[in-house]
Amino acid sequence: MPRRHSLPRVDQVFAPPGEEWQRVSVQLTSLRRLLLFFWAGVITAVVAGLGWWLFDWWMAAVAVGAGVVAIVWGRWLIRRNWQAWGYAEREDDLLVTHGVLFRKLTVVPYGRMQFVDVRSGPLERRFGLATVQLHTASPASDARIPGLPPDEAARLRDRLAALGEARAAGL
Amino acid sequence: MNSAADPTPEHFSRLHPLTPLLRGWVWLAGAFAFGGQDAIRTGEPRRFALILPVIAIVGFGVGLGSWWFTRYGFDGDDLRIDSGIFQRRSRRVRLDRLQAVDVVRPLAGRLLGVSELRLEVAGGDSTEAPLAYLSADDAVRLRAELLARAAGIDAETPEAPERVIHEVPLGRLVGSTVLSGAFVTGVVLLVGLGGAFLFSSGEIAAGILSAVLPGAIGVGLALWNQLVRNFGFVLAESPDGFRIRKGLLDIKAQTVPPGRVQGVALRQPLLWRPTGWVRLDVDVAGYSGSSGTVGNTSSTLLPVATYDEAVGVMRQALGGADPGAIVLDPAPRRAAWLRPVGWRRMAYGADGRLIAVREGVLYRELTVVPHAKTQSVRLSQGPIQRRLGLATVHVDTTPGPVDATIRHRPQEQAQRIVEEQSERARLARKADVPEQWMSRHYDGDGTTAASIDQNGSTRVPHHDEEQDPPRDRDPG
Repeated sequence: MPRRHSLPRVDQVFAPPGEEWQRVSVQLTSLRRLLLFFWAGVITAVVAGLGWWLFDWWMAAVAVGAGVVAIVWGRWLIRRNWQAWGYAEREDDLLVTHGVLFRKLTVVPYGRMQFVDVRSGPLERRFGLATVQLHTASPASDARIPGLPPDEAARLRDRLAALGEARAAGL
Repeated sequence: MNSAADPTPEHFSRLHPLTPLLRGWVWLAGAFAFGGQDAIRTGEPRRFALILPVIAIVGFGVGLGSWWFTRYGFDGDDLRIDSGIFQRRSRRVRLDRLQAVDVVRPLAGRLLGVSELRLEVAGGDSTEAPLAYLSADDAVRLRAELLARAAGIDAETPEAPERVIHEVPLGRLVGSTVLSGAFVTGVVLLVGLGGAFLFSSGEIAAGILSAVLPGAIGVGLALWNQLVRNFGFVLAESPDGFRIRKGLLDIKAQTVPPGRVQGVALRQPLLWRPTGWVRLDVDVAGYSGSSGTVGNTSSTLLPVATYDEAVGVMRQALGGADPGAIVLDPAPRRAAWLRPVGWRRMAYGADGRLIAVREGVLYRELTVVPHAKTQSVRLSQGPIQRRLGLATVHVDTTPGPVDATIRHRPQEQAQRIVEEQSERARLARKADVPEQWMSRHYDGDGTTAASIDQNGSTRVPHHDEEQDPPRDRDPG
C-alpha cells in the first residue's frame, strides 16, 4: 500500500495537513466495483426482462442503457469515495476522514477506546481486505476504517489496543 | 465459567423468598389473557379452567427453581451473580466501573415489602444486573455496601448522610404536566371531539368516539410521565453522589456517584416559558439502554424547576464548574440559510472545563458537556453547508438525552474547534475524578484504573472517612 503524507483530493478542513495521512488499499475499489457490477447486472436484467415482457424490446434497451450509465457513474463514485478515505495515527488520537458529498472527520482519543473490532467477510478476504473499527462508550463516534490489508489491520489493532491500555481513562 | 470448575461460594445469599410469587404474576396474567380470550371465543370455559392451574403451577415451579439457583455475593472486589437452572450463568460486575445504583419498589413490591436493585455499568444494552427481588432492608444495605466498595472505602461503612437540594412541589408538578405539549394537544383533541359528538348522531358519533382514543392516550401519557413517575421528586446530595427519589405507584430511588454525570442539558418547552420553568436532563452511562423508549425518566435530574434552581443544581452536577460564566459565540449570519428561525440563538462556548451549546427558539436548550467526558469529536459537512462554507462539530458523549452538537460554524472555525476540543479533552482526562472516587491511591494521571484493581487488597480502609467523608468532587 502506498504511504502518502497528505490526501491530495480531500479538503484541508477534513484532512488537516501536517499529519501522516494514510490511504486505504486500492483493492477496496475492486471489491466495490465487483459488487456494483453484480447488483447493477442483476437489477438491469430483471428490469430489462420485465420491460420486454410488459412493453417491447425498446424498454429493455432503455433499461440496459440505464444500467450501463449506472455502472460507469458508479465506478467514478467508487474511485472518488476511495480517494476520500484516510486515517492518521497521532500521538493521542486517531483521525479518520471519509465521504465526498457528506464529509466527515472523526477524532477518537486512544484513551476513550473500549474495544477494537477487526472484521473480514468472505468477499473481503478474497480481496485481501479487513475492516478495523474503534468503539468508544458513545455509539456516535464512528471510527471505521474499511479496506485495510490484513497485515496493516493487525498492526493497527495491536497498536490501538496497546495505546488504548496505556492511555485508558475511566468514564 | 462452568459451575463445576467454579462453584458458588457458600456465603452467597439468595433473593427474597417471595420472588417466585411476584414473578409468577406475569405467568398468571399471561395465562389469563390468552386462555380467557380463547375461552370467550370458543365458548368452552372448561378447557380454560383446566389449563390455567397447569400454567400457574409450571410458572411457579420455574420461578421457584430460578430463585433457588440464583445467588449473589461479593467475590473479591466484584459483585458476582450466579443464576440459571440448566444453563448456569455467572456474572461479575466490576464495582469500580459502577455508574449508578437504583432501588425500585414496584407497587406489588411495596405491599410485600420487597425492592429491586439495579446496577448500571457502562456498556450494557440493558440494566446489567437487576437483583429482583430483595427485602427492602437488604436492598438498602446492599446499595450502601456497593457504593462503599465502588468508592474504594471499607465495605462496612454505613450509608452516608444526605442533604436535600431540591423538592418539587406538587402544585408545580401538576402545572408542568398541564402545560406539556402532549397534554394540551390531547385535551384540545378531546374537547373538539366532544363538541363534534354532541352535534352528531348515529354512525358518525360512533366513529368520533373511536377517534377519542389518541387524545385520551396523549393525556394519559403526559400525566403518567410527568405526574405519576415524578411524584414526590426529591433530589439530594451526599458524598456518594446525587440521590433521586420519585414515583407515586412505583417508587424509584437512584444514586449517581460523583463524576458519573457525562453531560447536562437545560431545556425549556415553549409552554413553560411564561412560568420560567426548566427541566434538567443528564447523561449517565448505563441509563442509555432504556433511553430510546418513551417516557424514560432515569436521566431526569430535575423534572421541573425554576431557572435559578436548575442552574445551581447544574453547577453541582458539573463538579462546581459554572456554565453561566462561559462566553457564548453566536453562529454566523449565513447559518440562516439552513436555520431560518433558530440561527440567532445558536451559539457555543468553552472554558477550561466545559463546552456549552445553546440552541432552539421554541424549545430552548442549553447543553453542557465537561471536557473530561468527551468520548470523541467529529466534524461533518453536507453539500449545502459546503456551499456556505459551514460545518458541524459533534462532541460525542455516552448515549442519553444530552448531545452537544455545534451546528453551522464557519468551516475554518469548526476545524479549530475540533483541534481545540481534542486537546482540552486530553488535558481534562488526566485531571478527572478517579473511578473509585474516595480512594487515596490515585495519582491522577488517568492510568491507574487497572493498578487499583490489582492491589485492591492492600487498600487500607480509612475509618476517619466515616465521620468526615472527603469531597473529591472538585479535582481542580
